[in-house]
Amino acid sequence: MYEFVTGPLAWLSFTIFFAGVIVRAVQYIKGLDWQLDRVAYMEYKMQGFKGAMRSIFLWLVPYGTHSWRYYKFFTLLFFTFHIGLLVTPVFLQAHNILLQERFGFSLWSISDATADFLTIAMLAAALLIVLRRIALPEVRIITTRYDYLMLAIAVAPFITGFFAMHHIGNYKFWLILHILSGEIMLVAIPFTKLSHFVLYFMSRAQLGMDFAIKRGDIKRGKGMAW
Amino acid sequence: MAQGKLCNREKVNELEFLQALLNDKSGAQYYSEMNDLDVDTELLWNTLQKTLVQKSRIKTWLEICAHCGLCADSCFLYLANNKDPEQVPSYKIQSTLGEMVKRKGQVDNEFMQMCMKTAWAKCTCCNRCGTFCPFGIDMGIMFSYLRGLLSAQGFLPWEMKIGAGMHRIYRAQMDVSVEDWVDTCEWMAEEYEEEWPGLVIPVDKENADIMYTVNAREPKHYPEDLAEAAILFHLTGENWTVPSEGWEETSLAMFAGDWEACKMQVESVYDAMKRLKPKRMVVTECGHAYRATVVEGPYWAGYKDGKTPVPSFHYVEWVAEVLRTGKLKIDPAKKIKEPVTYQDSCNYIRNAGLADCAREIMSYIAEDFREMEPNREHNFCCGGGGGFNGIGRFRKERNAGLKVKRDQILATGCKLVISPCHNCWDAIRDLEEEFEIGIRWSFLKPLLIKMAIIPEHLQPKEEE
Ligand code: SF4
Ligand code: SF4
Ligand code: SF4
Repeated sequence: MYEFVTGPLAWLSFTIFFAGVIVRAVQYIKGLDWQLDRVAYMEYKMQGFKGAMRSIFLWLVPYGTHSWRYYKFFTLLFFTFHIGLLVTPVFLQAHNILLQERFGFSLWSISDATADFLTIAMLAAALLIVLRRIALPEVRIITTRYDYLMLAIAVAPFITGFFAMHHIGNYKFWLILHILSGEIMLVAIPFTKLSHFVLYFMSRAQLGMDFAIKRGDIKRGKGMAW
Repeated sequence: MAQGKLCNREKVNELEFLQALLNDKSGAQYYSEMNDLDVDTELLWNTLQKTLVQKSRIKTWLEICAHCGLCADSCFLYLANNKDPEQVPSYKIQSTLGEMVKRKGQVDNEFMQMCMKTAWAKCTCCNRCGTFCPFGIDMGIMFSYLRGLLSAQGFLPWEMKIGAGMHRIYRAQMDVSVEDWVDTCEWMAEEYEEEWPGLVIPVDKENADIMYTVNAREPKHYPEDLAEAAILFHLTGENWTVPSEGWEETSLAMFAGDWEACKMQVESVYDAMKRLKPKRMVVTECGHAYRATVVEGPYWAGYKDGKTPVPSFHYVEWVAEVLRTGKLKIDPAKKIKEPVTYQDSCNYIRNAGLADCAREIMSYIAEDFREMEPNREHNFCCGGGGGFNGIGRFRKERNAGLKVKRDQILATGCKLVISPCHNCWDAIRDLEEEFEIGIRWSFLKPLLIKMAIIPEHLQPKEEE
């Protein structure tokens, strides 16, 4: 079983993930339409590029935009959740040892204590995000079961990984479950709402170009005040 | 009955049809016919496929919305309606356009009427939510798109159908013909010539520095506004003109989602630019007019560079310029002394980048300028945008929405609001009528004329 999930299944899921993400990005770009969207994308490439970059990066900075500053508490949850989600798996020591063994290279790694901290913080943020969904009427009304499923797919590798790492219960069992849930997440990314992993960049770039090219950045003399 | 006499999928291209619509008081017959109007689901699904499913922008927005609710507080209608969850922008669009896509266009009359109410009475297309959403999901753009779908099916408010029809027939949002317009120009020039010797309103002058365009309400209801514009051009010594045809900048067709009529309208203005070859175009104090003709219009007309044939400016840009260059001098003794605030119009501030012009103008004319909170790109809609002001059927909803602007103005402590946008101006007037908070409101033109230093040779003749 272990051989299977770390072998062919791992290859398959990584392939689907990488190919899927590229396909989604390409499809997005191909689906833009200057006349329908009413943005002259190709006429002002430099202007558009600058606007796109500002629009992407300012929103990646905690409290970097009006909206992030307005929703102080949610912004904290949001960044805790996403930083934990992205940093932990990529820089985890155990993952990098695996990389080294299999491919002969590895990335930087963080200490296990840091990884634990990030994981716990991320899980706590996820829990609060769920509670927020239930508690706030304006969020409850738009919440669907699909949203919970997405959240479950995202946190599953972390819960199982945490158990495996700390040998809580049956190590092999949690490890296999951990790998499986990680693979499910990878495969889910191109096909579900988790596609925002890549479409965030596309959508933000689009609106950035929209403001930069059409909605006033030229006269504003500076970028849109996000 | 599948199609009504008045309420149907037909566009208003004939005077007779327009007249029949106008004769139907408050659209009573029109709305009753709407209850029987069928939905051309095939057309709907075809359009959705071509413009949404096979494209990426709106499709992605609908798909990746995280249902996080961060757009809630961005929407003045959500705030004004006691945080009614049904006013959350994401909810409004998912339950209408989102649902329409999910059902592949297989929707019924009742659903379409619900969509109509949502698209015109729960959104002014102010685009504020788009600046709050981490993904940049812009409900204003989507509602405008939805209006187009509804419009093509005949599910649009009575006034919107009439408005779009006016543009189709008169190339103006009201029944002002070329003759009426030219007569008004002559009349105003004559009327004010005595007071302002040498004042003219040059019609169809070629190669002028400025081609001035207006909102049809001005010649129709407030011709003094045109005279005031002429006086200010006169005072600043501008070489200007107005076109006899193509003088109307506004677009109720845009509010109606009638894209074909939008194109007809802006092309009339672009034709005037090509015909008269002015150095530039300046448009009156109207927000959506600028948005329609300068920001969106070139795309309707199919101009790949997204630009009007000659560079185009909003009135506030011109005012900031003449104050900066000293062409128009303000008498320091006549500056506005009382606290005064400024209504940032979504259309030319958030969506066209002119926030600094407004501040610059205020620095010249006001001693105690106070910002609303929030302001500039993040200001709230006045409450009457996107056609909301003009729809009788949704008057109650519109009035409820004015609360946010009321409270913003009250918080500044100002009794005077400067509003260089027709829609905002109307909404603020109506909010005073509705809530009686004791404020006054004004366009820039009359204030500037009162404050300007009149050069010796242009001094009005002594009254007898
Ligand atoms: S803020 Fe954006 S992602 Fe969140 S609910 Fe609103 S539209 Fe959806
Ligand atoms: S565009 Fe404006 S009115 Fe419409 S949903 Fe967004 S914030 Fe509300
Ligand atoms: S009426 Fe004024 S404030 Fe309201 S949407 Fe239009 S420009 Fe914005």
